[in-house]
Amino acid sequence: MLTVNIAIIIPFLAAIFIPFINKKYPNIHIGWFALFVPATLFVTLARYIPTIAGGKTYVYTINWIPSYGINFTTYLDGLSMIFALLITGIGSLVVIYSIYYLSSKESLSHFYVYLLLFMGAMLGVVFSDNIMVLYVFWELTSISSFLLIAFWYHRKKSRQGAKKSLLITISGGFGMLIGFIMLSGIADTLSIREIVLTIGDNTDHPLFLPAMLLILLGAFTKSAQFPFHIWLPDAMEAPTPVSAYLHSATMVKAGIYLVARFTPVFGGEQTWFWLVSGVGLLTLFWGSFNAIRQTDLKALLAYSTVSQLGMIMSMFGMGSAALHFGYSTESVVYTQATFAALFHLINHSTFKGALFMVVGIVDHEVGTRDLRRLGGLITIMPATFTIALIGSFSMAGLPPFNGFLSKEMFFTAALNISQLDIFALDTWGTLLPVIAWIGSVFTFVYSMIIVFQTFFGPYQKEKLDLPAHGASRGMLVSPIILAVFVVGIFFFPNLVGKYLINPAMTTIFPRLAVEGDLGQTITIWHGFQPELYMTIGVIAVGTFLYIFRNYWKGIYSLFPEKWTFNELYYFSLTQLEDGSAAVTKSYMTGFLRDYLLYIYLFFIVAIGGILFYTGAFSFDLTGDEPVTMFEWSIIIVMIIAGITILFAKSRLTAVLLNGVLGYSIAVLFVIFRAPDLALTQIIVETVTTVLFLVCYYYMPEWKKENKPTRTKRINLIISIAVGIVFVLVALSVQSGKLFESISGYFENAYELAGGKNIVNAILGDFRAFDTMLEVVVLLIAGIGVYTLIKLKAGKEDENIEDQ
Amino acid sequence: MYKTNDLILRTTTSLIAFILLGFAIYLLLAGHNSPGGGFVGGLMTSGAVLLMYMSYGIEAVNKMLPINFVTLIPIGLAIAVATGAGSFLFDVPFMSQTFGYFTVPIFGEIELATAMLFDLGVYFTVVGVMITIILTIGNDQ
Repeated sequence: MLTVNIAIIIPFLAAIFIPFINKKYPNIHIGWFALFVPATLFVTLARYIPTIAGGKTYVYTINWIPSYGINFTTYLDGLSMIFALLITGIGSLVVIYSIYYLSSKESLSHFYVYLLLFMGAMLGVVFSDNIMVLYVFWELTSISSFLLIAFWYHRKKSRQGAKKSLLITISGGFGMLIGFIMLSGIADTLSIREIVLTIGDNTDHPLFLPAMLLILLGAFTKSAQFPFHIWLPDAMEAPTPVSAYLHSATMVKAGIYLVARFTPVFGGEQTWFWLVSGVGLLTLFWGSFNAIRQTDLKALLAYSTVSQLGMIMSMFGMGSAALHFGYSTESVVYTQATFAALFHLINHSTFKGALFMVVGIVDHEVGTRDLRRLGGLITIMPATFTIALIGSFSMAGLPPFNGFLSKEMFFTAALNISQLDIFALDTWGTLLPVIAWIGSVFTFVYSMIIVFQTFFGPYQKEKLDLPAHGASRGMLVSPIILAVFVVGIFFFPNLVGKYLINPAMTTIFPRLAVEGDLGQTITIWHGFQPELYMTIGVIAVGTFLYIFRNYWKGIYSLFPEKWTFNELYYFSLTQLEDGSAAVTKSYMTGFLRDYLLYIYLFFIVAIGGILFYTGAFSFDLTGDEPVTMFEWSIIIVMIIAGITILFAKSRLTAVLLNGVLGYSIAVLFVIFRAPDLALTQIIVETVTTVLFLVCYYYMPEWKKENKPTRTKRINLIISIAVGIVFVLVALSVQSGKLFESISGYFENAYELAGGKNIVNAILGDFRAFDTMLEVVVLLIAGIGVYTLIKLKAGKEDENIEDQ
Repeated sequence: MYKTNDLILRTTTSLIAFILLGFAIYLLLAGHNSPGGGFVGGLMTSGAVLLMYMSYGIEAVNKMLPINFVTLIPIGLAIAVATGAGSFLFDVPFMSQTFGYFTVPIFGEIELATAMLFDLGVYFTVVGVMITIILTIGNDQ
């Protein structure tokens, strides 16, 4: 089915055209064009709901890199359907909202380009069947989210928040990529569907656990799970439509999607169960606990998002326990947690989207989001108040809103799971419902804070930046639609259950679904069960805590600011920067002497070490010629000259001694019967000596360097060691001839090249290419000297690099 | 300013320079069959020219030898590369050299090799580079 592939590509294509259209029709708000994209996609995808509910799935492949098995394969099933509808549906509503929220003075084409990029990337994440393609889209969501958070890039906090979210999500993404590579190594395929089919045989593979942990790392960082949740509150610097869309409904659910998608792969394992449900519950508790202390409405909502995501995550963890068993009526009970997770996923998107939009309206109309300055807005913005009430009560889990249903199911799931006797649940199981319940109490408290502190109490006119007035109708459209969904899902939950969640359950529990129906019916009234008493307890304790919140708020001061994860993040970041700067500074001294030291040390350690460890050193004098008197005397002269250079007091002495070395080599060439070399060596030595003298004529007097003795000793040791290693290598090479020399061929120079001088025949005929390039080297050297001396930049020229 | 009277130097130079130049040409031409070649020949030629510069001064030599030595470098390189590329005309690999024996009216039978042309390129480059380097450094204030 090509439609899905096109659905992913369309937002990207639209993003290309947005700037041009904006330029051509500057008077029309470009958002209306952008709205066209998600709305069309939503309608197109929604038409597949009946067939998907009928159990059909669609796969379509476009070849990308077939030789590596990386293909743009899309897979439309129940699970991706839920997410795709959320992305396009809430995407449309957010675009409508943003049209009224952003003034036309903002750079709107940037905004909608980023937003459409994000939308396409997100659709790519949920539709991709190929894990590498999934990863590509995963990183695209991180990048487009980074761009959106820093939309007001002139603000320091926006840039900081964007950087933080990028660092955290991308590090998780890299971890995930490694996990994916391991997984594809285990299963020998890149397709998720095929991995699910074959993974059952591979659960004892040594890479199975690392792959699981790394993929979970990716999911946890993206979904702002404990302790990676710290980026989400800072991402609230983004424009409110972005917060509503990315940081409540879509991007943070990418991690949830990943967990759901990989539940059939890793589910049923103890590590997976405890990590997903444990981290989820911890996040639920920590997020809700921290939400109460916030004074900024958006920060409060950010922590509440963290908390709700933890709740969804923990339910997916609990549901995975069902995979531990084969199909039976008992195990079906545990799949109920996954059902609840999917249900709450939908519910959360509706009410959290609405709440963010409400907060945006309040901010837009009043000029502040600070809870300490807000109050008494109920008479001024009644419509906004109604939506806030619906959203918050749904979040708190009160009837008649959809949050009530999913919270009840959450309690049921937690209670059911605590009865299990696998995975050490008989010891720790009772903790699950307890933590879930405590988290829910805090959720209730902060939900009440949103409604009552914003809309009730005294109206503080003098504290507000703008004179308060009702919201414009256009801004209210989207939250009203979401609020209608919040209530509507409560009254008709089974529509959602049957058409959206049941097909998704088939994806998550493929083997169980073959054998029986996993469908659940959601009942609004399920009798006087323990979960109902738990809800009543939540309301009672929550109300109590809310009323007396000023008395127990001191508990937050027990945790000093220094101990937060935020501080840990900034601390480790600065430590990292300082540490790397210190390390770099410690060896990049800027002194050539030190760099030479490293090079020589490397030479000694690498070459000497290899010689020593491989036992390659050999010393064999049998094939060697006897040394004659002439050779001895020349060599002794050279040794004396070489050592004397080290103790020379003036530069002239050193230059002349160097000349002695050169001429001695020429003599050695004569002795070893190399007339061409000797000729060249003599002339070159003369010329270089003259050049040395010319250059040093202009140089200052050679000063005795007063280096510390330690440096001198190190120099001595290094130079002796380099000499020894070199001599050892030379001896070994000399002694260990492996094959005959090829010089016999060149002895035929007269027949082959018509020359009696073999050296010249080699240089000019056999190996003339080398000679040609050496001539080029000469050319470069000549031009180099010429330009160095003739072309001088004046001193007053500015150094561009220093600016 | 006091000017040195280097009559002996100049007189001997005019003699030695010719011998040096002749020796350099000999080295260049003899390279194929006995020690020598383009490189040594070039170095020797530049030695002769430099000797003239030293004894007569830059202005006098420039008048005597109106050659811009910098241009010798690309000329030499062009000859060397052209010798290599010439092998393409005969459909053989780059830098294939060949030789043959010809009978020339005055000299009788002599050997002519393309490697000789290549050596000539090397020769010109070396002369150009050496004199350029030394003159630029020497003229620098």
